[in-house]
Amino acid sequence: MFLVPDPVVRFFHRMASPPHFYRFTERLMPWLVVIFLLLTATGLYGGLYLAPADYQQGDSYRIIYIHVPSAWMSLFIYVVMAIAGAIGLVWRIKLAEIVAISSAPIGASFTFIALFTGSLWGKPMWGTWWVWDARLTSELILLFLYLGVIGLYGAIDDKRVASKAVAILALVGVVNIPIIHYSVEWWNTLHQGPTVTKMDKPSIHVTMLIPLLLMALSFNVYYLIALILRVRVELLQRERNTQWVKYRILENRQ
Amino acid sequence: MSLSRAFFAIIRRDLVLALRRRSEVANPLLFFVLVITLFPLGIGAQPKLLQAIAPGIIWVSALLAAMLSLDSLFRSDFDDGSLEQILLSPHPASVLILGKIIAHWLVTGLPLLIVAPLLAVFLGMPTHSLGILLLTLLLGTPVLSLIGAIGVALTVGLRRGGMILSLLVLPLYVPVLIFASNAVEMASSGLPVSAQINILISILFMALVLAPWPTAAALKMSIN
Repeated sequence: MFLVPDPVVRFFHRMASPPHFYRFTERLMPWLVVIFLLLTATGLYGGLYLAPADYQQGDSYRIIYIHVPSAWMSLFIYVVMAIAGAIGLVWRIKLAEIVAISSAPIGASFTFIALFTGSLWGKPMWGTWWVWDARLTSELILLFLYLGVIGLYGAIDDKRVASKAVAILALVGVVNIPIIHYSVEWWNTLHQGPTVTKMDKPSIHVTMLIPLLLMALSFNVYYLIALILRVRVELLQRERNTQWVKYRILENRQ
Repeated sequence: MSLSRAFFAIIRRDLVLALRRRSEVANPLLFFVLVITLFPLGIGAQPKLLQAIAPGIIWVSALLAAMLSLDSLFRSDFDDGSLEQILLSPHPASVLILGKIIAHWLVTGLPLLIVAPLLAVFLGMPTHSLGILLLTLLLGTPVLSLIGAIGVALTVGLRRGGMILSLLVLPLYVPVLIFASNAVEMASSGLPVSAQINILISILFMALVLAPWPTAAALKMSIN
């Protein structure tokens, strides 16, 4: 807290207030969309046209421009969810609770995309849609963790209570993620010798790497956009009896 | 009442309650035996095949039995309000809850250890790996109870918590399953298993220290 400059602290304090957040994100949104479109366009152009074909895999490697960023996002969003949940538990900030639960469906979608694209890539490359490999298995378990969070939130009627439950579950899951990751890795390497999963990837070339990083950035911005949209809807629903929501809706009607 | 006395009083109370309702003790055990007998019927009784998958079968069955038994952990106390009294007591809730979890494990987890060697012999597991099987069960089933307690504490207030409980708990059981069944399999082929055993021990201690807190927090949330 001492290291953070005062304006930044004040900014976060103000963002914790729902009306302020709502107004601020309304102004932020067009900018985010423009940045997202620019990043995605340049990233895809670089990845699909400028980057050379891989000397072993040909053009089918290009799926990494979707696959790898989604896999990164799937882990990143889980951590964001757990941190937001912890903030909500400790400081009882309503907005943090909403951020935590709104992240879950987005994270689950990214996890699903990572699994799906990986499987599409695996069919021509490994000759199979699915192997019980360390990476794949731990990603699948991550999907189950997300689904557990979503299911638990849906099962509890009182949404304040549900947010707390979700935060606890997300925190327990975050302890487990490294354990799952390494246990699965262990299990695999102990279990079977070198299999199709040994890719022996040569260090990636710059012309391939830059589009990949651009896509990763664009996915981050996309997450932010999707998150903000979900949080705004959830905010309106939860605060529907407050003055500022009524004021907002009346204002829009005119 | 001192903390340690309260802790042991809770364990004693839960054990006495379990002895009065013996069916709750017997059910997970019967389930465990039944699931394991289903496997030879379902996949055919070739001794080689059964022997190869025996560690996995036993551990998956133990996992399911542990999960099914979880509901009895807080259910009756939640219904009759004694859980509220436990949480209201001046002692730290996490310690008292740990007492409940230990009692629950003594009633539902420990019996699995007694029948597991018998079933392992039925499945044709080599006798020299039975010791390791027992050791993994001894180290692993308490973890199942501890982690499961978090899930059941989150869902105890719900009317239909059963399905959601499995979705919450089973992914978190994965590490135990992997290391335990792997250790038994290695032991069957006569390889050293100290690495897996050490990791199971560390998981056990981590769960022992960390799991009661979220459980207590989740219970407080469910009570409201």
